[in-house]
Amino acid sequence: MSGFLSLDRMGIVFETRNGPYRALQDVDLRIAQGEFVTVIGHSGCGKSTVLNIVAGLLRATEGGVLLENREVNSPGPERAVVFQNHSLLPWLTVYDNVRLAVDKVFRKTKSKIERDEWTRHNLRLVQMNNAADKRPSEISGGMKQRVGIARALAMEPKVLLMDEPFGALDALTRAHLQDALMTIHADLGNTVIMITHDVDEAVLLSDRIVMMTNGPAATVGKVLSVSLARPRKRLSLADDTEYNRCRADVMKFLYRQTETDDPRAA
Amino acid sequence: MSIGEATSEQTPDSTRMRWRRSGGAALVVRGLHRAVYPLLGVAVLLALWWYGGHLIASDPATESFAGFGPGPTFASLADLIRSGQLWGIAYPSLHRIGLGLLWATVLGVPIGVSIGYFRVAQETTHIPFQFLRMISPLAWMPIAVLAFASWDGAIVFLIIVAAIWPIIFSTAHGVKRIDPLWFRVARNLGAGGGQMLRRIILPAIGQDVFAGIRLAVGVAWIVLVPAEYLGVTSGLGYAINDARDTLAYNDLAAIVVVIGVLGYALDRICLFLIQHFSWRVEL
Repeated sequence: MSGFLSLDRMGIVFETRNGPYRALQDVDLRIAQGEFVTVIGHSGCGKSTVLNIVAGLLRATEGGVLLENREVNSPGPERAVVFQNHSLLPWLTVYDNVRLAVDKVFRKTKSKIERDEWTRHNLRLVQMNNAADKRPSEISGGMKQRVGIARALAMEPKVLLMDEPFGALDALTRAHLQDALMTIHADLGNTVIMITHDVDEAVLLSDRIVMMTNGPAATVGKVLSVSLARPRKRLSLADDTEYNRCRADVMKFLYRQTETDDPRAA
Repeated sequence: MSIGEATSEQTPDSTRMRWRRSGGAALVVRGLHRAVYPLLGVAVLLALWWYGGHLIASDPATESFAGFGPGPTFASLADLIRSGQLWGIAYPSLHRIGLGLLWATVLGVPIGVSIGYFRVAQETTHIPFQFLRMISPLAWMPIAVLAFASWDGAIVFLIIVAAIWPIIFSTAHGVKRIDPLWFRVARNLGAGGGQMLRRIILPAIGQDVFAGIRLAVGVAWIVLVPAEYLGVTSGLGYAINDARDTLAYNDLAAIVVVIGVLGYALDRICLFLIQHFSWRVEL
């Protein structure tokens, strides 16, 4: 596996009111180009912290991140983030929210007409071209997440970072967006790191699932390869042995984490 | 791509959309309905005024003040409008308040943004600003008169002193309410400080700035009239003093009405601007 994106013995310590708090320790991970990796773990285990370090929004205390052999030490559009929610600017229309990112990234390399076309292209990709002139307050949560994905895709990132993008959505909307994401990933071949706490989502979408131990000093507990053929159909997967084996594997890991976390078990 | 719109992804019903769907006739009825209580309020005020005027005019001891009644007042107001005098009286006041508000905004918004954005700025300025804010602008009058060569300059200074605080505090409040996520979105795009200010902070706080200006207009308009009692020979405050000295009580009352109407109009302009620059759903 080539080191397109590598996290090398990454650790982070936060200064808090009660002294230093070690959130992450020795997080080690190699991700290949085009790979879809999900990071799963209990809440508060530092999943989002990992993502924020890769995004450059936080700096690791030890170790670091290499993208195509270059060190990551500041935020940048080649590592586009899809945030959990409320990340659209409410005073801009759907179109302008995406256009803002397009203008920022392609001001020098694309003409005005090309940037307009590229914005509309990405809105079509997530089926939001008909709502281009609506404000975020006029569309549903699922639609907002579509626009957030379109904004990130429009930056043509080397890595797409998704921070529990469907966490706040109802099951049906979530299923639709997962399908949309799989189609986009199949078409564009993006490298994706996605944070989730949903086992089914992780197995359905991932090439590999990274399971994190509980904090403090959380780290990679186990990495599971999901060898299910693509395209994946959620209905036929329900009876698939490999799917159920992966699902059980992740469940067992998470359940064991809860047990070791329980003071009575210690 | 073959992913249709999920049924659960329906656009939430906003009030505005429901309004658009209702018919024109219903709209007129609702419009009239909404006008009933405001008109009632105005009618009560006029009735009280008329009764007060009637009492003053019917008592021989106060008869000479009968000009304060609504009849003589509106007659005088009509005269002032017809002769074009009114504009000559109101314009200097509007000019002064406009200039004062402009300066208060130019100075107050950057200060407010700094206070809202930098914790150090907030902690440093908190006590001095709360102290200065509580001093009546009119208390600065002697100093203003000494410091400024012209009376006009002194009055504009007093308006600035009155108007700047609400603008500073409302702006700072707006900056503090900005969702930190938007800063992370901008940083993820690789935005620097200047772009952060132009693309995130300023659009986010537009309505707070104008809410501050609206409060400032209220205070400044109150300060303006007494400030014009001194020195200057133009403006609404001067006109009131002049009318008192010439015992033209009907003119005096007409100017008072003008002050109220203009103040109300300025407030409506600010309200319009707040709504225009508002992106929050509740407005």
